[in-house]
Amino acid sequence: MARTVTTTRKSVNTALAWAIGLLIFFPILWTVLTSFKTEAQAVSDPPVWLFFDWTLDNYRTVLDRSDYARFLWNSIFIAGGSTVLGLLIAVPAAWSMAFVPSHRTKDILLWMLSTKMLPAVGVIYPIYLIFIKMGLLDTRTGLVVILMLINLPIIIWMLYTYFKEIPGEILEAARMDGAGLRNEITYVLLPMALPGIASTALLNLILAWNEAFWTLNLTAANAAPLTAFIASYSSPEGLFYAKLSAASTMAIAPILILGWFSQKQLVRGLTFGAVK
Amino acid sequence: MSIKTSLGLASALAIAAASASFAQSPSGTVTIATVNNGDMIRMQGLTADFNAKYPDITLEWVTLEENVLRQRVTQDVATNGGQFDVMTIGTYEVPIWGANGWLVSLDDLPAEWNADDLLPAIRDGLTVDGSLYAAPFYGESSMVMYRTDLMEAAGLDMPDAPTWDFIREAAAAMTEGDVYGICLRGKAGWGENMAFLTAMSNSFGARWFDMDWNAQFDSPEWAETLTFYNDLMTNYGPPGAATNGFNENLTLFQQGRCGMWIDATVAASFVTNPNDSTVADSVGFALAPDNGLGRRGNWLWAWSLAVPAGSQSTEAAKAFIAWATSSDYTALVAENEGWANVPPGTRTSLYENADYLAAAPFAEMTLQSINSADPTSPSIQDVPYTGVQFVAIPEFAGIATEVGQEFANMLAGQQTVEQALANAQALTTDAMEAAGY
Repeated sequence: MARTVTTTRKSVNTALAWAIGLLIFFPILWTVLTSFKTEAQAVSDPPVWLFFDWTLDNYRTVLDRSDYARFLWNSIFIAGGSTVLGLLIAVPAAWSMAFVPSHRTKDILLWMLSTKMLPAVGVIYPIYLIFIKMGLLDTRTGLVVILMLINLPIIIWMLYTYFKEIPGEILEAARMDGAGLRNEITYVLLPMALPGIASTALLNLILAWNEAFWTLNLTAANAAPLTAFIASYSSPEGLFYAKLSAASTMAIAPILILGWFSQKQLVRGLTFGAVK
Repeated sequence: MSIKTSLGLASALAIAAASASFAQSPSGTVTIATVNNGDMIRMQGLTADFNAKYPDITLEWVTLEENVLRQRVTQDVATNGGQFDVMTIGTYEVPIWGANGWLVSLDDLPAEWNADDLLPAIRDGLTVDGSLYAAPFYGESSMVMYRTDLMEAAGLDMPDAPTWDFIREAAAAMTEGDVYGICLRGKAGWGENMAFLTAMSNSFGARWFDMDWNAQFDSPEWAETLTFYNDLMTNYGPPGAATNGFNENLTLFQQGRCGMWIDATVAASFVTNPNDSTVADSVGFALAPDNGLGRRGNWLWAWSLAVPAGSQSTEAAKAFIAWATSSDYTALVAENEGWANVPPGTRTSLYENADYLAAAPFAEMTLQSINSADPTSPSIQDVPYTGVQFVAIPEFAGIATEVGQEFANMLAGQQTVEQALANAQALTTDAMEAAGY
C-alpha cells in the first residue's frame, strides 16, 4: 500500500515538475516558433501554433542585415573573458575567506554582496565618464572588466560556499607534506572543488552573456555583443516581431546549447553542499 | 620667368590643387546611431550608392530600439563621448540640444541640398536661433485612419476634417462584437499616450503651462479633454487599452478590429499594405479631429540626422547627412523600392511629384496634417514653449512619463478623471518647482 502511495506521489511530482518546466520554457518555445512565421502570422489573432507555412525568411533577413559573426565573437570574448578574469581573482579571495578567515570576513562578504543592491543605472554616468577618460568606451576590454566586477561578488560567494565544504585538515596535511600555497591551491583545493568551480564559471558565463544594461550602454559599433544585436530588431513603430524572434533565437542558441550539454554539471555544482 | 621657376610654380599649384581636392573630399569612419524602422533599414540597404560617391568614407551602423537609442545618444552627447558621428534624433531633442551647443550647425550643407525645399513646419522645428541643427529624414503628423466599409455600413460619411463629436458618433455606430469603434494610444509614456493626449488637448484649447510656467492640469480645458478621451475609450475602445501603443493598435487595425485609429501618418503605408493588413483595400484617411477652436489634434514629428559636437568626423558626417536627406536619395529609393516607399514628410518637391501622389493615396492628407501643425503656437492660448505634442524643455520627458502613468491608470479604471488630473497637477508643479521654474 505504502508503495502505491509513493508511486502516485512520484507521478504527481513528475507531472508537476514537467508542468513547471514547460511553463518556464514556454516563452523560449514561442519565440522560436514565431521566428519561423511571417510578420502577419506573428501577430495573428487567434495565434497560430504549429500549422502554418514555416519560413526561413526572417533568418535570411537578419543574416543579410547584421554581421552576426561579429556580435557572436564579441559575446564569446566578453562573457568568456570576464569569467576567466573573475575566477582568477575570486579563487584566491574565496580561499583566504574560507580557510584563513579574520574576524571581519563575514562583514567583507556582506559588503561585497551589498554592491549588488545598487541599481546599475545609479552609477551609469560615473562609469561612462571613467570609460571616456580611459578610452574604454566601445572596447571589449572595457566590457570584460566591468562585467567581471559586476559578477565578482557572486563568484566569490559561490566559491566561498564550496570551499567551506572542503575539510581544512586536507589542506593542512598537504602543507605538512611540504606543499606551498600555490601548490596547495593548484593540486589539492582546485581538483576537489572542480564541480563547484565549473558551475560557478557556467553561471557567470550565462550572466555575462545575457547582461544587457552595460553592454548596451557602453558599446557602439565595435564591441557590441548579441544583446545589442537583439535590441537592433526591436521597434516601437512597425511590426518586427518575427525578425526580432529570429534574432533572439540566434542570440540565445549558443548559450542554450552549452547549458543543455552541461546541465548535469550545473545542477551538481549548484546543489553541492546543499545536503550534508 | 625661367623654365625652372615655371616648373616650380606649376608644381606648387598642382600640390595646392591636390590639397584643395583632398579637403573637398571628406574621409574617415562615420558611426551612425539610428532606430529600427522601415525607412532606416531601407537606407542601410542603399549605402552602396553613398560608398560609390564617397569611397574614402566608411559607414558603421548602430541600430537600437527607440528608447535605448534616446538614452544612449543623450548620455553620449551630454558627456561629449564622441561615440557617434551621426545621431538620429527627433523634434523634441533638436531645439534643446541645439541651444546647449551639443550639435553642429548644418547651415553649410551644399547649395544643391536645397534647404528651401524643406517643409516649413519641419524646418522650423529643427531650427534654433536661425540655424538648422538637424536634417529631416522623414516627417510625420497624425491623422484619422478609418474603415471605409464599416463607415458605409454605419450610414456615415467621414468628412475630410472631422470634429471630435463626429468621431464619437462614428465610434458608437461602428462598435459591434469584436470590432471596436476607436483605437487610441493608452500606454504610458511621453512619446506614447502623452503624445496623443497633448496633441488632443490642443484641439480642446488646453495647454501644459501658462506664461509663468504654472501647470494647467486643473483647467477646465484639460478636464474636458480627458473626460472625452476616457468616455470614448471606455465605451468604444478595445479592452486593455491602457497598455496599447502604436504597435498594438497597428496590429488591431490590420486585423480588422478597429473602426478608426488616430495615430502617426507613417502608419498609412502599413495599413494599406496587403501583405500585412487584412483591411488594406478599405482604409480611408481624414485630418485629425478638432473642436472648431482653430487647432487640430495632430502632432508633428521628424526623425532627423544631426552631428554631435564631439564628433571627430564632422565633414564626413555632413556628407552622409546631405546624401541621406537629399532629393536624389528620394529618387534612389523610388528607383529601387517604388515611390510608395520613399521617406515622406520632409520636402515640398515630393508632394509636387505626380508619381509619388499616384503611388501614395495618403500623401495629400499627410501633407495637410504636417502643414496644419504649428510647433511655435500649439495652443490657442499663449504658451512659453514650443512643440505640438511635447514641451521642448529637458524636464518634459520625465514629467510627461509620470503624467502618462496617471492617465493610463485612469484608463485602466484605477482612478477617476478628477483624481488623475489632480495627481498630474501636483507632480508637475513639484517637478517644475524643483527644476527652478
